[in-house]
Amino acid sequence: MIAIIDYGAGNLRSVAKAIAGLGYEARVTSSPDEVLNADAVILPGVGAAGDTMNSLEALGMADPIRQVVAQNRPFFGVCLGLQVLFGNSEEGGGQRCLDLIPGMVRRLPPHLKVPHMGWNQVSQRMAHPLFEGIPDGANFYFVHSYYADPEEKAIIAGETEYGVSFPSVIIKGNLVATQFHPEKSGDLGLKMYHNFLKFGLGGRYGGHPRHRP
Amino acid sequence: MLTKRINPCLDVTEGRVVKGVSFVQLRDAGDPVELAAFYDREGADELVFLDITASSDARDIMIDVVKRVSEQVFIPLTVGGGLRNVEDMRRILEGGADKVGINTAAVQNPELIREGATKFGNQCIVVAIDAKRLEKEVSLEGPLALGPGSKWEVYTHGGRKPTGIDALKWAKQAVALGAGELLLTSMDADGHQTGYDLELTRAISEAVKVPVIASGGAGTLEHLYEAIVIGKADAVLAASIFHYGTYSIRQAKEYLARKGIAVRL
Repeated sequence: MIAIIDYGAGNLRSVAKAIAGLGYEARVTSSPDEVLNADAVILPGVGAAGDTMNSLEALGMADPIRQVVAQNRPFFGVCLGLQVLFGNSEEGGGQRCLDLIPGMVRRLPPHLKVPHMGWNQVSQRMAHPLFEGIPDGANFYFVHSYYADPEEKAIIAGETEYGVSFPSVIIKGNLVATQFHPEKSGDLGLKMYHNFLKFGLGGRYGGHPRHRP
Repeated sequence: MLTKRINPCLDVTEGRVVKGVSFVQLRDAGDPVELAAFYDREGADELVFLDITASSDARDIMIDVVKRVSEQVFIPLTVGGGLRNVEDMRRILEGGADKVGINTAAVQNPELIREGATKFGNQCIVVAIDAKRLEKEVSLEGPLALGPGSKWEVYTHGGRKPTGIDALKWAKQAVALGAGELLLTSMDADGHQTGYDLELTRAISEAVKVPVIASGGAGTLEHLYEAIVIGKADAVLAASIFHYGTYSIRQAKEYLARKGIAVRL
């Protein structure tokens, strides 16, 4: 079962439908136990870092997320779900986050239109099964006002330009996080979820896609 | 580089897409799911659904449409038409929409923009502005009112009701309250297929720091190009040229790419 963490914000339906359509059992859940018992965990993200952190703490979800990541179990953070993995965010005058990846979340440069909204290219910085069948420089759908700046540059698997070059894909073992929304990025987004589940689950639990991954 | 978006707009009433859709490739040109999937395959960057019935019964039907579309189409969906409060927004977003468009309700109660943005994030809130060029100078009282130098007036209720509000002032106010994007329709140009109101589009786009979607007037591919280059629009919305099959979205994107505009192909 693939757990999609529900902390009361945003459009989880698209994530769940994308995963289910790839042939996996998707469960939208706010239960820490379900997250701990899942084969893979997806932390979707829409909204503000402060609200998200408060909701995750209130649900008792912060520790299960830490455990899943510490055990190197398959985990996918999307958009704000990438940002909250870092130490601190500049959002809302400074917000403490989960601190699973050393680094800061910074505001996009002020001379540009913010949010960075729309389709932009992801330049692949490493060869990885996550990118199987996905061309270098392919477009993905972004909506965000902040970006992550990791201390350890080796985890940057993809980068995107918007006034600044920022990490749009992070890979660290079985932890994957994207600043864009794969569930809103058409066929290539679905392909990325498919690749993640394929390598993350090591073929233990094969998907039978209904979509065109 | 961030690409310029092409967003087809679909008018929906009673769960069906209306307004001259003529695709021979489709089994049923009025089925929102089939049309959405068609535009997705064609390379549409986002889909905009506009509920043109906008009664409370229609809301439930629209939610069902959004649910069905979002099960099969994995690109951003914006839904507007008759949304009056945060609860209306929540239901549409839970149905699978990524953004909600508000127009009349935002003019009547600008705090709705702030409430929606606080609750769902700025990126969810698209303020739609219907603007009409003034024929003569009008001076009214009020911070957003038409005055010397005003060029465009905001209309509500599907373009039926003048408000006395200056479109440029309203655009800035909407963004200050938390709008993440503006959907700007020129009522003068809409439906005429003679090109977007480039002066209006540029004035608003330069005045705000959020993306502006130009709407109203597209008749040729050059019009799309002009809206982006001269009007400085971040996205272009079009209905007729795509629905009637005059041009495909792919043709539009290939044309823009040849002219040096970054698009997703």
